Amino acid sequence: MTQMTVNDRPVRFDMDPQTPLLWALRDAANLTGSKYGCGVGDCGACMVLVDGEALRSCLITLAEAEGRFITTIEGLSEDRSHPVQQAMVAEQAIQCGFCTPGIVMAAAALIQRNPDPSEADVREAVPNLCRCGVYPRLVRAIQRAGRVARRRERISAAPAPGIDMEDAARAVPALRADSAE
Amino acid sequence: MTAHLKQDKPDTRNLLDKMRQGVIGKPLSRPDGPAKVSGTAPYTADHAVENCLEGVLVTATIVRGEVADIDAQSVLTMPGVVAVIDDERLTARAAQGGADEAPEQPARKVGYFGQPIALVVAESFEEARDAAKQLKVDYRADDLSDIPLDPVQTDPEPQDDGTRQGDLAHAMTSAAHSVDLTYRTEGHASAAMEPHAAIAEWDGKRLTVHASLQMLNHNIIELADALDVKEEDIRLISRYVGGGFGSKLGISEETVAACVAAMELGRPVRVVMSRQQVFQCIMRRSETKQRLRLAADGDGKLIGFGHEARVSNLPGEDFAEPVLQSSEFLYAAENRLLQLEVARIHRMTAGSVRAPGEAVGMPALEAAMDVLAEKAGIDPVELRLRNIPDKHPSEGLPFSSHKLAECLKQGAEAFGWDSGPRKPRQRREGEWWIGTGMASAARVHNIEEAKARVTLKADGTALVETDMTDIGTGTYSILGQIAGEMLGLPVEKVLVELGDTRLPRGSGSGGSWGAASVGSAVFVACNRLRERLAGKVGIAADDLVLKDGTAGNDLRLTDLLDGEDLCEEGHYEPGEIEDDYTAAGFGAFFAQVRVNRFTGETRVDRMLGAFGFGRVLNEKTARSQCLGGITWSIGAALTESLLFDPVDGHLVNCDLAEYHVPVHRDIPDVEVIMVEERDPAASPIQAKGIGELGMCGGAGAIANAIYDACGARLFEFPMTPDRVLSALPE
Ligand code: FES
Ligand code: FES
Repeated sequence: MTQMTVNDRPVRFDMDPQTPLLWALRDAANLTGSKYGCGVGDCGACMVLVDGEALRSCLITLAEAEGRFITTIEGLSEDRSHPVQQAMVAEQAIQCGFCTPGIVMAAAALIQRNPDPSEADVREAVPNLCRCGVYPRLVRAIQRAGRVARRRERISAAPAPGIDMEDAARAVPALRADSAE
Repeated sequence: MTAHLKQDKPDTRNLLDKMRQGVIGKPLSRPDGPAKVSGTAPYTADHAVENCLEGVLVTATIVRGEVADIDAQSVLTMPGVVAVIDDERLTARAAQGGADEAPEQPARKVGYFGQPIALVVAESFEEARDAAKQLKVDYRADDLSDIPLDPVQTDPEPQDDGTRQGDLAHAMTSAAHSVDLTYRTEGHASAAMEPHAAIAEWDGKRLTVHASLQMLNHNIIELADALDVKEEDIRLISRYVGGGFGSKLGISEETVAACVAAMELGRPVRVVMSRQQVFQCIMRRSETKQRLRLAADGDGKLIGFGHEARVSNLPGEDFAEPVLQSSEFLYAAENRLLQLEVARIHRMTAGSVRAPGEAVGMPALEAAMDVLAEKAGIDPVELRLRNIPDKHPSEGLPFSSHKLAECLKQGAEAFGWDSGPRKPRQRREGEWWIGTGMASAARVHNIEEAKARVTLKADGTALVETDMTDIGTGTYSILGQIAGEMLGLPVEKVLVELGDTRLPRGSGSGGSWGAASVGSAVFVACNRLRERLAGKVGIAADDLVLKDGTAGNDLRLTDLLDGEDLCEEGHYEPGEIEDDYTAAGFGAFFAQVRVNRFTGETRVDRMLGAFGFGRVLNEKTARSQCLGGITWSIGAALTESLLFDPVDGHLVNCDLAEYHVPVHRDIPDVEVIMVEERDPAASPIQAKGIGELGMCGGAGAIANAIYDACGARLFEFPMTPDRVLSALPE
């Protein structure tokens, strides 16, 4: 059993310790926000925070993750209020959204250590592939997220899910869709 | 009830402009954004299905021939392995877009290296993958020396009669200025970030299938045909699609395989392609060879226009990269010759990749125009302006609308285009030569039949339902905006449900037709709802003012509805407008690049696109599409190229490390100008498509900028450093 902390909860994985963390998260922990895009470190769709650093979870084995603090997109904020999440929505740095969780994690790690990143900083810290081509908007969004983190600006582009199911469904079409099945 | 519109005439009423809600066209954020930034948007492979088995495709290690024997026993004793599926119904290729029939079957007949031939199913993905690798397969393989693999060494067949008008050869000899140039472009992959995936469940009678697809309205027909199951017994679900770009237009191998396995085993089965399999088993954009002949008179007016292209595909595939699509109508010239040929070779299937045809045809044409401009001593922008036809040059049809001139002018102005005399190598900064270039953009406008249901609920909200998909394009956004505008509701009061074949058939997302087609279906439904509401008020529909949930004055919609839901299914069909007009989106690209004089590396410093594509339905999502297209233009210009092994034709660079899509650092700040217009003959919402226009010519602007920077004229795309270096003049 490999032990680690995932999204603030102690977790033990009863899996081969050589299993890539990505598959443990997706298949065993049902944390499907981290995506498989290539499995070999090329794309960044699988990025999670490992002790605060954005790493590609397809390249880390469970054994290597032992004892560490893992944060996935699901654990970044309770109510999608993280500045990066807000700014990504506001700047429309999202299209199909498949690369988005990985990019959000890379950007969150950047903002954490440097809330006032230059364009070059952003381009270096966010190497993720986005085939839809949100790149130019990413720089703007992440710098804006930095301003929010520094309390120079406020945005609330992504409304927190309300207690009201209808309200949540309107904000997140998937919620309603899943409840209907 | 159903409201039907077959559009035979342009719709000049511009009804959307007469509405009062004020949401149409606005840069509203997409409603699916919060789910996407929080990782809760469920893509196909993310669905948790109980008791689900995992399937891994086994792929062929021969080029052409037949599977003689599969030794299932060789893996059935391995841990967790449940079955080896090699059923007759497994498909060898993905369906072409809109095929409406099963793709090549059975998978046991092999036509290209890497083709799926079987599916290994196990309790876990790891077990299935291991067994798939160990599976012993015997083939009856054709001799490699008998198999055509190289388009250059294969006699091509003409795709159709082509266009022949006047005498091009004579125009070339009598022209004041002419160019006769041959270009080559290499293959492209869609490389959508979400790999193809499917989860199939079978209850003994009915199939429920989560799959990552672009056109459920076609896919359900293809799947039913492939499986020999009735359409009524299939439900396809595709609510979130992680990009498509053509690769998910037709039903693909993993979906059929998951269904066959689920039906045989009586348990749900999930199949996710590996990134390598996506590259090899789906679609490539064909490589092309193109000959361009342009003949101009002393004023730079084209008198001759020749564009011939050779592309390739597998035997039996109808699709031929339509390289000449925009060349048919972009520039006037009396003497024309356009001809497309296809070489039949045994590389993986060629099919649609974003902007099939124009993505490679336009850059070659626009690069040739630049050479002509130089020869004639005319500014490249001016040369284009002088050659805009007033009707389709060979068919004579009027254009539905035409914004090329405006795009060229507005783009040039915003970019700061210098229309003075041009000469390469005029600007250098350290190791870098700097130059600018431009190109036109053009892409045919397609529109398709579509249905959508709109329910105006008694509580004053609306529900829009269709099996249309949102592949990142913004369908959730724009359908909410169209319904909101027509029914006088803020978008928060409109719920859009997509991607489920239990809902009315949409148009599917492909060929940039989604927004205009399914948007028109929503419009048609809402229009009828407005008439019914007007009837309730006792006024004419034209006089009905709906805004913020009221029907004028103090009349609240909820009171008017009085506990009743109103529901209409809108059914839109393009009619004679398709035959009476040439409809296309137009635009212009401007690029500034720097070329390293020692390494030949090209960097794009800045790029601008100006586009006219009818009504803008949502300024944010439309701009996103333009930006995405320009990003692809940069990839096609500089880095993207599929490479095939000369011995067995297999795709060599089948991953994201070796197939170079643009990365964050490749893309500068890109500027987009949307030249607003209304195109009444394009659709009743006066909108055209924008998903592809942004990459129809952009690579040509970069080629022309490279020449302006350093004097290297390139005739091959992508323009990699080695090619730039060898084209550099002394
Ligand atoms: S899936 Fe980990 S980098 Fe692509
Ligand atoms: S938004 Fe589609 S890949 Fe980035």
